Order: sequence, then structure tokens, then C-alpha cells
Amino acid sequence: MIYQELSLAPDLSVEQNITLGAEPARWGLIDRRAVRERVQRALRELDHEQLWPERKVLELGPSARQLVEIARALVSDAQLLVLDEPTSSLTQQEVTRLFAIIERLRARGVAVIYISHVLEELERIADRYTVLRDGRSIRSGRMGDVTRAALVEAMVGRELAEVYPQIARERGEPLLELESLAGKLLPRSASLTLHRGEVLGIAGLIGAGRSELLRALFGLDAVTSGSVRVRGLVDTGLPPWRRLAQGLGMVSEQRKEEGLWLELPVRDNLTMPALARCARLGMVDRAAQLDLTVRQLAKLNMSDALALRSAGTLSGGNQQKLALARLLCCDADVLLLDEPTRGIDVGSKAEIYRLIGELARAGKAVLLVSSYLPELLGTCDRIAVMRRGQLGAARPARELNEAELLREAIGEA
Amino acid sequence: MKRETLSHLLRWLGPFLALALACLLFTTLLPGQFLSAYNLKTIATQTVIVGLSAIGMTFVIVSGGIDLSVGSNIALSSVVTALILRADGSAPLALCGGMAAGLVLGSINGALITRLAIVPFIVTLGSMGLARGLAKYLAGEQKIDAPARGLQALMAKSPDPPWLLLSPGVWLLLAAGILAAFVLARSVFGVHAVAIGSNEATARLCGIRVERRKLGIYTLCGACAGLAGSLQFARLTVGDPTTALGKELDVIAAVVIGGGSLAGGSGSILGSLIGAFLMTVLANGCTLLGVPNYVQEMLVGAIIIAAVALDRLRSSHGGGPRS
Repeated sequence: MIYQELSLAPDLSVEQNITLGAEPARWGLIDRRAVRERVQRALRELDHEQLWPERKVLELGPSARQLVEIARALVSDAQLLVLDEPTSSLTQQEVTRLFAIIERLRARGVAVIYISHVLEELERIADRYTVLRDGRSIRSGRMGDVTRAALVEAMVGRELAEVYPQIARERGEPLLELESLAGKLLPRSASLTLHRGEVLGIAGLIGAGRSELLRALFGLDAVTSGSVRVRGLVDTGLPPWRRLAQGLGMVSEQRKEEGLWLELPVRDNLTMPALARCARLGMVDRAAQLDLTVRQLAKLNMSDALALRSAGTLSGGNQQKLALARLLCCDADVLLLDEPTRGIDVGSKAEIYRLIGELARAGKAVLLVSSYLPELLGTCDRIAVMRRGQLGAARPARELNEAELLREAIGEA
Repeated sequence: MKRETLSHLLRWLGPFLALALACLLFTTLLPGQFLSAYNLKTIATQTVIVGLSAIGMTFVIVSGGIDLSVGSNIALSSVVTALILRADGSAPLALCGGMAAGLVLGSINGALITRLAIVPFIVTLGSMGLARGLAKYLAGEQKIDAPARGLQALMAKSPDPPWLLLSPGVWLLLAAGILAAFVLARSVFGVHAVAIGSNEATARLCGIRVERRKLGIYTLCGACAGLAGSLQFARLTVGDPTTALGKELDVIAAVVIGGGSLAGGSGSILGSLIGAFLMTVLANGCTLLGVPNYVQEMLVGAIIIAAVALDRLRSSHGGGPRS
């Protein structure tokens, strides 16, 4: 089983992870040579012998980690491989490689269940499909006999007229200006200007430094050089609480690890940055807090019955909407969104696109990091590409296409 | 939703039930003796030191930290209290002085944890030794005899105006408990403590000033232990630098029995106080029964493990595994 959220022991090496739980052993001691042999065989089968078996998994990028997981399945002689959103943290190039591996496994007689929201992938890889909605099988059949529109319709339960709503908006004055911003490792140099009423996309491969750019900008990571200018005032290297006070807000890429308090109720998750507004003399007014929560939930078409449920019990889509609602709750003007639609259902995605458009129309500025190019092209006004820590110039989205963005991200001129 | 409220209820009721069970057991085994007014007063008074410290410790544990220096803190503060009295300081001054000593120690803990980014376990393990050594140095490695100047009345089992029923120290504990429960559940400070313990990264992302809050939390814990130290002097009427050795473990146990999780994010003042009372009741009952000390220690150990095991069981039914 390969999970969407990678499940490896980060402090162990590649080979220890691959043989974890099934270590060849004699008298309770691990047979190192047998381990090495098995791991080599599995990696050779995946055509990835160059993956150094002694490296710690924690030093690897997401796609290499996924390879390790697949290798683990191979070592255990799996006949059935379940891949749950395997591409959610991969770049296009890595996806192609993954598909080649899947093809090879299929040729060997391994059955693969491939769970994904990305229909293009299913069209490329799947023989047969089944659509699950609300825990029920809605529709199934041969992949060749169905159109994408029909699949989407089955997934959402209603017809999606336009996945990327076009909402007219006007560009205003610059809110955020970066000049050669650099962090400890990444980014190396990023310059951009984000205007009021604008959605600016940042494309790039995993590991190019897009998330690191947002983190340095928001004060979660250290800034080593360059400058940040908010509303015309230079103030580089402020901590997150000062950035929030300036009207910046961030949605983390890691929804479960960083984005939300999974054990705390939706109410607290939503209003925490605005807690001072719901408090008098240092004491929290729970009624005011709940009132604010219900109002924000309504704005995102979410049921107010969710207010007191713990965030961890919500679906991925609702969790992500909650993270976005929090930014609205603290009246952020500049929204830094890191992969806001990763691993969520089609309906929630559409809702988030709509929300981003409406926020821009209301005069907010949005910086959107995404690995999903159609999404960037569909929602952004301008797109800049990040490659190896260097941010390229932003160009109008309507002059760009997927192939062009990808070429720039990979670095082919 | 229903399951969540049920598990919530259990979290509240669990420590209560254990305490009630222990009381019931000792009442039947020791008819007329355990439930006597005098014995109940004794139990209440004996709980004050651990109880007060547990109030501060609850904030620390809820925020995902730990403070191992509490026992040494109590000793240091009781020595400081004694020194002030010996130098002709008044009783209120000595009380405040002891508390201030604890507060300073706590703030040093907090500053080291946040500035040096060292885990609380290590920092407070170090300050546990430092404070104990400092207490011995200040006391010249012996007990300090000092005029109590009325401080002893704070911990008298039978209070001076008899209408008080319980010793002033017990009332102080209860008042502090109610205030702290309110602060933990309803103040911005308390909500932030829970938020930091539940997920520190999220707290940072949401603009909570994590370092500042932690400094406040450890300072509060130190102040509570300092006050407990002053009362320890009131109880013993000597400033003993070797007192409260290992007391921090009793304090942590009280918080954990009361539903506090060392992973942070959960714990309540009421629970911690019940945990503290439960431990005193066990000690008291076992002593009255003539059960040897070692049985008592084993009993408390078993209860700590049982309390945490029950907690795990509950959370695996409710939310799912925590990472």
C-alpha cells in the first residue's frame, strides 16, 4: 500500500526503510549483505540504481521517497499495489517516470489500484475505473468508454459548468514587493511585485524553493539577504505575528502537520489569529468567538454545525477551506497560498478557485504556489516560474501554456 | 459528535471516579477513622504543596513542555523565605520573597528554553541541579531556623479562627485553582497555551508569539512552585534545602492522572487538583492502614500508568492516532 501522505521512517536509511519489518536476519542479527542484495534488486527493477541505499530518507525529496515506498512493496513481493494519490507531491516529469514504473509492474502481472483526483493521469494509466462518492460506488466501466466530463459529473454529482471561474477584477497599487530575497538554502533570489486585486502564480518543480520563498517572506524561515517591502515600507525579516499584523496571511502546504490544530475545534482553528478581537481584558468571549466562526463558515458555504467539531474530523477539502477562512477571519490583504488544492476533492477545488477570484476582486492580493499547471493557468493573472531557487519574471497567464511553463521550470531554453 | 462528548465527559469523570473509589475503599477499611474531620483536614493540608505546584505545571504540560525543577524550586523558595524571616523581614515579605525566588527561577527556565532553543526536559533537568545547589549554598548546607512570625498559621491543620474549617493554605489552593482554571479555559493566555501544546508550528503560523507565551508559562509555573515553597516553610517552620526531593515527579503525576498529556494540548486544572488529592488520599489511607511505604509507592506508580492507559484507549476510540 502506498499512501498519499508518505509513510516512511525519516531517520532510517533508504535500505532500512525498504526492508523494514521484513529484514533478512540470522540469529536476530540483520544480514546486511542480503539486505543490500534485495534492495539493489528492487531498485534495479525500478530503474533507479543510483538511489544511494545508505542515505537517510529525511534527506530525500518527495519523489525519491515515493520510490522507496514502491521499492518496499516490491521487496515484499506484492501482487496488488494500492497507490493513493501518488502524484500529489510529484512534478510532471516525476509523474512520467512513475507511470513508466507502473507500466513495468503491470507487465509483470502486478495489479494496481490507482486512486487519484487527476483525471488526466487516469486517462493515461488506467484500464478500468470506478468513481467513489460519499463512500459509494457511483459509476464504473472501461476507461476508453468514458469522457472526462462524464467522470467529473459523476464525481461531483452535479455538472461543473466551469472549473475555473473567470471573475473580472482590477489591478491596483503594489502591496508586496520582493527584491532578491534569499533564505538560508532556498530561495536563492526572488524578486516580484504583487498588486492589489491580483492573483500571481508561482510554478516550478518540487524542491525549486517555492514553499521556502513563502516561508521566508512570512517570517517562518530566516531571510539572509534581499528585501521585503509591504505597502511601500521596507521591513525584511519580521516574525509571523508582525506579518499578520501587516495584513499578510499564509496557508501552509502541510495541512495536517502545520496548517491546522487537528485536535482543536473548528472555532479555535478559525479565530486564533483574531482572538484579541473576541477578548476583553485578556479573557476570551466564547459567544463572540462562535459568532465570528459561524459568519466565516457561512461565507465559504460551510455548515455552522462544524463549528465545534475538531478540525481533524473534517474532510481534506473542508480542512483546506478552513485554513483559507482563517485568513479572511484576520482580514489579511495579502494571501500566501501554498498548494491550497492538494489532495482535495473536485467540488472543494472549484469552491477554492471561486473564492480566490472573489477575494482578488475585493481588492486582496494572492500569491499562489501550485504544482498543478492547469490550475495556475486557470486562476492566475500572472505567473512566474521558480527554478533552483531563482524566480523568473512574471508573465501574463493568457500568454502562457503548460508546455511553456514546464520548459521554463525544467530549464530547457 | 456524540462520541466526542462522551469521551469529553470521561476525561472529566475519570479522575473523579478514581478519587471517589479510593475514598470509598478507605472509608470501608477504616470506619470512622478515614472520614473524621481531623483526617480530612490533614489530607487537605498535605495536598497544598503538590496542588499549588500542579497548577503551574498544568500550564507547562498543556503547552507541550515539562518542568523538572519544581522540587528544587520549592526547596530554594523555602530557604529564601527562611532567610528573609531570619533577617527580621515580616511574614508577608517573606511569603512574597519566596514566591519571587520561584518566579525568577521559572523565568530563567523560560528564557533558556526560548533563547537557546533547548528542549524543556534538558533545561529544567539542569536548573533542577542548579537550584538545589543554590538552596544548599544559601542555607550553608543546613536547615535554617527562623522565627515563623505567624506564617505557620497558614498551614495549621486546625485554623485559628475555627470558622475557617480548613487551614488558610487550603483556601489559598482552592482560590488559586479556581482562578487558574478560569485562566486556562477562558483567557487568551490559556487558549494560546493549549494552541502551542497542540501544534507549535500552527501556533507560529497563526501569529501566536510562541516564545513570549512560553516565557510566561514557565514563569507562572515557577511562581506557583515558589509560593508552594513558602508554604513548605510554613509547614516545617524551618528552611530546609533538602526538602521536596523528587517532588516534581509527584507534581507531574498529579497533572497526568488528571488528564494532562505529555504530548501537549490537553490537561485541566480541576483534573490536576483531583490528581494531587488522589495521591494524598492514597498516602494517608495507606499510612492509617499501616501498609508499608513501598506498597504505597507501587500503588501510585500503577495508578499513573492506568490513568495514561485509559487516556490512550479513549483517544484511540475518539479521534484516531495522534502523530
